Amino acid sequence: MAAKQLRCRECATEYPLEARYVCSRCFGPLEVKYDHADITDVGEARRRIQSGPQNMWRYHDFLPLEGARPSAHTGLPAGNTPLIRADRLAERLGLREVWVKNDAANPTHSFKDRVVSVAATRARELGFDTLACASTGNLANSVAAHGAALGMDSYVLIPADLEEQKQLATAIYGTNLVKVRGNYDDVNRLCTELSGDRENWAFVNINMRPYYAEGSKTVAFEIAEQLGWEMPDRCVVPIASGSLFTKIAKGFDEFCEVGLLDGGAPIMNGAQALGCSPVAAAFEQGKDVCRPVKPNTIAKSLAIGNPADGPYALDLARATGGSIDSVTDDEIRAGIRLLAETTGIFTETAGGVTTAVLAKLAARGDIGPDERVALIITGEGLKTLDAVRDSFHAYEVDPNIESFEAAFAGQGAGV
Amino acid sequence: MSVTVKIPTQLRETVGGAAQVQAEGATVGEALESVFAAHGELRGRLIEDGELRRFVNVYLSGEDIRFLDGLQTAVPAGGTLTILPAVAGG
Repeated sequence: MAAKQLRCRECATEYPLEARYVCSRCFGPLEVKYDHADITDVGEARRRIQSGPQNMWRYHDFLPLEGARPSAHTGLPAGNTPLIRADRLAERLGLREVWVKNDAANPTHSFKDRVVSVAATRARELGFDTLACASTGNLANSVAAHGAALGMDSYVLIPADLEEQKQLATAIYGTNLVKVRGNYDDVNRLCTELSGDRENWAFVNINMRPYYAEGSKTVAFEIAEQLGWEMPDRCVVPIASGSLFTKIAKGFDEFCEVGLLDGGAPIMNGAQALGCSPVAAAFEQGKDVCRPVKPNTIAKSLAIGNPADGPYALDLARATGGSIDSVTDDEIRAGIRLLAETTGIFTETAGGVTTAVLAKLAARGDIGPDERVALIITGEGLKTLDAVRDSFHAYEVDPNIESFEAAFAGQGAGV
Repeated sequence: MSVTVKIPTQLRETVGGAAQVQAEGATVGEALESVFAAHGELRGRLIEDGELRRFVNVYLSGEDIRFLDGLQTAVPAGGTLTILPAVAGG
């Protein structure tokens, strides 16, 4: 495989490709390093991808897996989600070209299926028989479903107050669902402690984290391929831990390094909810580390108060000329509605955050008149129904024409 | 005052393999210093320029000390400090 080793992002110490997620010298996070020296013919590399399955395994050469490319017909293949040109959204915001990457169109309706596919496959390669995770909900759905699809036991730990839809859409897969009386950061701490004691458990976002995070690169790979092997000028991406944000840029970088794309990373804009905005606050204050916060927002899937990849997200936003902005809960609700009304895509609160930040950037004049912008929609609106409850009017009529016409009287909508 | 310090798997080699050690001190910083006095190698793993390294989290009874007074946070007798690496989530 092209993956060669794990390397500490802080002190560059290298480790073999095992179940290790933190540098034992400095506690810095480990990242997978590749050697793509064997890619000398770009046309051939492109053909190899294009002849692959219609899912993320077509990018197998750029993922940290040892075995042969997983079959397109087993497990729970993720990816190959639509990239939609959203002209009505662009027009509403006064922009030229906006593309929506709709990652709600994954098996469990969020981008988490990409990261879990890689983590679960790597976990099996390393001999684990049990999957586990700390989750704000979408990851819970995905880990439970992948456990079912792959025949692995699973343990899913969530904050006890998580949206009911996300709890139901986890428990149905027959997992061990554990509701922790605390917030996500408490759940994450508990899982980090547990992972030291449960040596045969693959915690996808803890001891499998270097592999898990690589799955997010496939969002960038797909966008580039769907745009005809070109990059967008700008990406607007939600930030919880900061991992998706940084890995999308890494995906574009890797394709550039091997010649599949030209240029540098797009301008990267991060999106947070004001009620949990440690990265946006640090960006605004010019700091390079984040001060942890206690989350209080309707965007629960982004409610990580102590984001471990925050420093790298800050570096990336600054290096690409982007920013990290936050929006209020009311702006999030308006963002959900704006996307739905202009594209037909119903997203969860995280997508409301991302859409609202795009609107904010447009209103602020940050986006140039010729830019091609990619909006990353990470999850499905049906998972956070409470966010839109009572936010619209419905007509109730008797089953006859008179009643129907009376309901619309004066609106010019008569039959 | 005696304090229990829980050591994560990745750092147990620096304290002779123990999962937890006893420390003395009225603050988090003093308690950690008393551990470093016996296990010098641990200091460099946790501390840089007098502060916790940015990917090191320390919890007092489950609360991140960055929400309290950092290394100056007072520790009650019999309190428990837990050292853990910061991990991204989702």
